[in-house]
Order: sequence, then C-alpha cells, then structure tokens
Amino acid sequence: MNIIETDHLTKYYGKARGIIDVSLNVEEGEIFGFIGPNGAGKSTTIRLFLSLIYPTKGDARIFGKDCIKFGPEIRQEIGYLPSEVFYYEGMKVLDLLEYSASFYKKDCSKRLFELADLMELDLKRRIDDLSYGNKKKVGIVQGLLHQPKLIILDEPTSGLDPLMQQKFFNLIREEHDRGATVFFSSHILGEVQRLCNRVAIIKEGSIIDIQDIKTLQKNNYKKIQITADGMDETRFNIDGVSNIEKMDGMISFFYKGDINTITRLISSEKIADLTVEDLTLEEIFMHYYE
Amino acid sequence: MNIFKHEFKIKLRSVLIWSVSISSLILVFMSLFQSFAAEAALVNQLMKSFPKELLIAFGMQDLDWSTILGFFGLLFVFCQICLAIQAANYGFSLVSIEESEWTADFLLSKPIARKQILTSKLLAAITCLVITEAVVWVSSFVFINFFNDGQQIQLKALILLLVSMIIFQLFFLSVGMLISLLVKRIRSVTPFSMALVFGLYTLNAFGSMVGEKSLEILSPFKHFSPSYIVKYASWEFPLVWISVIAIFIAVIGTYILYEKRNIASAV
Repeated sequence: MNIIETDHLTKYYGKARGIIDVSLNVEEGEIFGFIGPNGAGKSTTIRLFLSLIYPTKGDARIFGKDCIKFGPEIRQEIGYLPSEVFYYEGMKVLDLLEYSASFYKKDCSKRLFELADLMELDLKRRIDDLSYGNKKKVGIVQGLLHQPKLIILDEPTSGLDPLMQQKFFNLIREEHDRGATVFFSSHILGEVQRLCNRVAIIKEGSIIDIQDIKTLQKNNYKKIQITADGMDETRFNIDGVSNIEKMDGMISFFYKGDINTITRLISSEKIADLTVEDLTLEEIFMHYYE
Repeated sequence: MNIFKHEFKIKLRSVLIWSVSISSLILVFMSLFQSFAAEAALVNQLMKSFPKELLIAFGMQDLDWSTILGFFGLLFVFCQICLAIQAANYGFSLVSIEESEWTADFLLSKPIARKQILTSKLLAAITCLVITEAVVWVSSFVFINFFNDGQQIQLKALILLLVSMIIFQLFFLSVGMLISLLVKRIRSVTPFSMALVFGLYTLNAFGSMVGEKSLEILSPFKHFSPSYIVKYASWEFPLVWISVIAIFIAVIGTYILYEKRNIASAV
C-alpha cells in the first residue's frame, strides 16, 4: 500500500517556482529519503502534504486520502518535524507538549514523558530560554508523542549535537520497526545513506531520479584511480568515462559501463597502483547537480 | 476547546490591562464632573465660544456638560477609541500572529480543520472583549452613581450607550481580521490597528465637520456616536445596520480567505 502518492504535484508562488510535476510514491514501512539542495522544493513538497499550502496543479494523497479534503483526519496519524522550530513564547516546555498532545484522540502522556526523558529535555523550562538544539528536541518530542503512522522530517538534525543525532536516528529506527513510514528530507547525504531505503532527488523543483539507495550506489558509476608514471590520461577517454583528472602522476575518473572494457584497457598499460570503488552518495549527488 | 483555552490564557493579561485602564479613565473623568456641573453655565458658554466645527469634530456639539450623561457621553468617545484599539489589536493578530511568530506550522499541522481553529480563536477573542465590556459596564454604573451629584440618570440612554460597545468592538475585531488576511504578512499589529482606528475616527470627525455624509457613513464612530445616543436615547438607525452588515461580511470573508490561505514558511 502506498502511504504517500503524489500526481504531478505542482506549486507556484505567484510566478516563482516551488515544485513542478512531482510524482512519487512512498510505500508502507519505507524510510524514504528526499534530497536536494536548499531551495530545490523539499519544504514546499512537505508543506503541500500537510495542507499548509495548496497546490497550483496536481494532487497528493496520504493513506489513500486526498490531503486537502481529509486534512484533519490524515493529520491524526502524521508526525511532523519542521526544519525551523518555533513555539509560543512564554510557554513552558511541558505546557506546549501537553497542548500538542491535546489535539490527538489517543492518550499521549506516557509516550510524552518517555520521549522527553530519552531526549534529555527539561520540561519545566520556558521555551524562550531554550537553545536552538533544545527547541529542536521539543520539536522531536512534539512530532512523535502520538505514535504516528507517518513521520515527516524536514532537515531534522540541524542544531543537534552528534550524540543527540545518534539518539534521534535510533529513535526513528525504533519507530520504523514499530511500523511507521518515514519521509525524510535532507541535504546531508550521509544521514540519508545511513537511514533510508529509497531516495528521491529533487533539483530546481523537479524530481530527477527516484532510486533504491543500494542501486544508486552499486549499479551506477565506479571511481577508478590509477597511479602510473608519465601516462597520458587521454587514452582513457572512451565511452562511459567522465570527470578525468590528472594529479601528481595519478589519474582518476568515473566510469559507467562494462567493467571488462575498462580493465582490459588498464591492463594493457604498466601501472603502479589501482583502486576501483563505488561512488559515495556525495559524489553521485554532485554528479547529478553539475 | 483546547485552542480556546490556549488563546484565552494568552489574552488574559491584556484583558486585565485594558479593563483597568478604561475603568480608571472613567473614574478620573467622572470625579471631575461635580466641579464642571457647579460651573455648568460658564462651561457651556465657553463651549459656545469655540468654533462649531471644532465641537462637531470632537463629537461635543449636542452634549450638555452640566448633565451627568452629557458629560459621560463626552468621555465615552475616549472609551470608544480605547475599545476600538483593543478590538482591532485582537482582530489583526488573531490569525496573523501564528504566521509572524512562525507558530502556524505547529498549529496547522495538527489534526484540526482551519474552520475550527478560526472559530475557537474568534470565540476566545469575543469572550475577552465581553469581559472587558462587562468591567467597563460595571465601573460606568458605579462611578456614574457615585459622582452624579443627585441628578436623575436617564437609564435607557446609558444602557444603549453601554450595549453599543458590543457591536462597536465586533466591528473592529472582524474588520481587523479580514484585513490581516488580505495582506501578505503583518509583522507588527500596532501600526495596523492604529491606522484603522484613527483613520475611521478622523473620517467621522472630518465628515461631520465638512458635512459630508458619505464619509461618516463608513465609520462606526458615527454609527454609535455618543452625542446622538445621549440626546435621543436611541441608536441612530439605519446607520447601526451598516456596522452590523460590515461585521457579517468581514467574518464570512475571513473564513473564506483563511480556508484558502497559503501559510508562509520560515525558511
């Protein structure tokens, strides 16, 4: 079953582009990564899911129901952590969390305290006095306290220290094991790589690729480095080779194609050293955006 | 209900401040009444020596300062300005504050329809206004009775004057609300509410000064002019209906616009 389905979802802010023809599905039980640089349209897509804004064209369905028509009903089962967290000033942390819990039908108080404990959150402090990272923790607790079926995270780790990030990822994994589907937007590839099954790449408002994260890394490009004296790098200029660079007697390039072709070509030369490796997601990503 | 409680709690302090300020205003003014009344002939003569346009502009033309209600009517204009600012503040900030303080993402991602959010907020604001009005009613009665210098009070005029506050504040609340949704973003509420209140006040003052009826018609300061209510012990129909209709249109417009609104994001 698809938890999220979008069909040519398009949003313009006046004339400014938000997103264009975004069509994607997120299946039940997935951790779905959504990566792209700032301004690519990640937040726009998420805000459309939550009916904070309305599409210019196309539609989005969550749990098989239209996002706009069944908004309140759908949101019973969504936990949302925005990229920037802002809460009512002058409120205590506990007041805010209880206010947040009061919107849901189920009793959330037990989970509220569990999460606050886990995130080492001081419930008695006023929100205004919290640091950015601590506000973010309030956001995490607030977004998860009703044990939602769908968790939507918009660049969730900014402001959290590495230890907290680790805790946060474990928490998300636990929620996932419990059966929650996760939609995880980020521009930090490492964390997407660590957590996600599938990933959509968005560029200037359009999806340019949706792939299994393993396929994305395995089946695509190899990064090949050759150390050899006085070799002419232009001889590797064959089909499937890109990004040839030469530095200090080392030639490196990306290769996509039949691996035998390239090994034969390399073995015909006298070389000192050779490494063949998968591209990191970082490099794939840079490749997409060039 | 949770939103109502939340909103009410946030506004409670402001309600307290407004109620106390307006009541003190009434207290200070009414305490001066006896000395005015004693010199009534002199005061009325002094007033006559002012240019008529000036008196009209300040809504003093038909008021007899030597009667307790005439005096109260004069002071009531200032109460009206305060009440209007309070209501306009609530109206302009009602939903816009969630966007200017970036809390809209929190609230609107909760499982609740925008209609319900608006209704809860509106009811909370109206409750706050009614509490303020109740305090002003009580303090008006108390201070008028205390300082009335043995005069008979024309109860009907007084009650009409005090009850008019409800519609009067609803006008500023609802119009403020509507305007807040017509503009893209309100960073600070005060300039907007000041502009609305003093704009409409000036419109009325200027309109009556130059005798231009079409200007006054737009202003609730005209619809609920204290000098008219005190003089005739009646509301000025059909002008009152203009306020009532404006409230209906503004409320309906607000619901439509809020339902359709794209909420600005923080980043």
